[in-house]
Amino acid sequence: MSNIPSDLKYAKSHEWIRVSGDTATVGISDHAQSELTDVVFVELPEAGRKVKAGEACAVVESVKTASDIYSPVSGEIVALNQPVTDNPALVNTEPYAGGWFFKIKLSNPAELNALLSPEDYKKQIGG
Amino acid sequence: MLKRTALFSAHQKLGAKLIDFGGWEMPVQYTSITDEHLAVRNAAGIFDISHMGEVTVSGAGAEEFLNHTLTNDLRKLASGEGQYTLMCNERGGVIDDLYAYKLSEAVYFLIINASRVEPDVAWLKSQWEKFPRRTELNLTDASHNYSAVAAQGPRVKEFINDVIPGVSISAMRVAQVTDLKKNQIGGFKFENHSVLVSRTGYTGEDGFEIVGGDEAIRHVWNKILEIGALFGIKPCGLGARDTLRTEVCYPLYGHELDEETTPIEAGVGFFVALDKGEFNGRAVLAEQKANGVKKKLIAFKMTDKSAPPRPHYPICANGASVGEVVSGTQSPSLNIGIGMGYVPLEFAKPDTKIEIEIRGKRFAAVVVQKPIYRR
Repeated sequence: MSNIPSDLKYAKSHEWIRVSGDTATVGISDHAQSELTDVVFVELPEAGRKVKAGEACAVVESVKTASDIYSPVSGEIVALNQPVTDNPALVNTEPYAGGWFFKIKLSNPAELNALLSPEDYKKQIGG
Repeated sequence: MLKRTALFSAHQKLGAKLIDFGGWEMPVQYTSITDEHLAVRNAAGIFDISHMGEVTVSGAGAEEFLNHTLTNDLRKLASGEGQYTLMCNERGGVIDDLYAYKLSEAVYFLIINASRVEPDVAWLKSQWEKFPRRTELNLTDASHNYSAVAAQGPRVKEFINDVIPGVSISAMRVAQVTDLKKNQIGGFKFENHSVLVSRTGYTGEDGFEIVGGDEAIRHVWNKILEIGALFGIKPCGLGARDTLRTEVCYPLYGHELDEETTPIEAGVGFFVALDKGEFNGRAVLAEQKANGVKKKLIAFKMTDKSAPPRPHYPICANGASVGEVVSGTQSPSLNIGIGMGYVPLEFAKPDTKIEIEIRGKRFAAVVVQKPIYRR
């Protein structure tokens, strides 16, 4: 049974987003990490990069495959989680804590309304 | 509709993630590729290999026929022995790589790749039609009759005699399964079934492969998991099978081997017996062995921190693309990116510095001696 914290919003492509003021933190869900298993490499975007909602901007690699990570919202990448690039297993062990990928300064906060609630995300993954 | 093995419901019960592999719905992993990989390196693992094909070739003409069709020298086999060998076309390109066992005088058993059953059988039939002594030969695709499992890892020998107790009754005669030596095969009674057990595998570890009817193999699978539990056995999927064989540089058809690549280029010339007389592809292979090849399969390790190399990533040297990765992964044993690929001969020497292009960026790697991982 996968963990879906109730204080987050989710993208259909399995990213979560935690909003704090005009900035949001992005990672991937417990369900996504358990589907990937064995995360061995994380590639983060450059700080300062401007991304659009739905744009591929990071890569997470398991032993078996590479998967793109999409930004759930538009904005500017303002912080990166360096520890997760040194210890990619954090994505598996702490998907909602030490396993976050980047922080983004929202350019269009209205986009948050298009994301999934915890209940809707739970339905999507058949939980 | 994907084909399913006799163990399909066992995989479902174990919560396996399933993928399409050569038209078969097979487990890629149960818990984690890394954990399954390390179980095989350090203890024991069991794989469903029922998707693989089986061909029986028997009769007075069988040895001559197979020695003309396969690259290794079948005459070296005593009853109860097997060998790794290749089947080549007239250009020396590989139709398949396989294991050939001599079960008894004039009775041979071939284990072939799942994805190659149809082309192999078609090729064998076309060769049979051209074979002068074809009336002295029976050739049967028996793939539907057999299921199979591979129990692999250093601790398998501690419990396999308890899974399949007793003496062998055909092929290599031994008092117990663990008396089989590497590449030997014996027929054993298991419950009220007959099974073939060989001391072979494709992981670089000691281990046994067990071939038999669906019902027998379902029982073998369950019994190995039950008795092996004390020894740390894990059910293992194709993901771990791939990382294990890549670490020890065993070729996989469709990656290292295809109909346009010769065994000499693929670095498996050891299994080509040029001295045995005429066989398919011999002229090309003899020429390559004498004068050298233009491209060669290399093994490499990443020396930069990078994403794992993957098939089709460019291999670069001196700033230019010189080849392509055919197998690549993160090595669970070494915890670095590893792989194999084809490059021109001048870049094939161990210690040659190369680069692997990963999503548009180049990362340093080095050509290494095969195998990449050694116990």
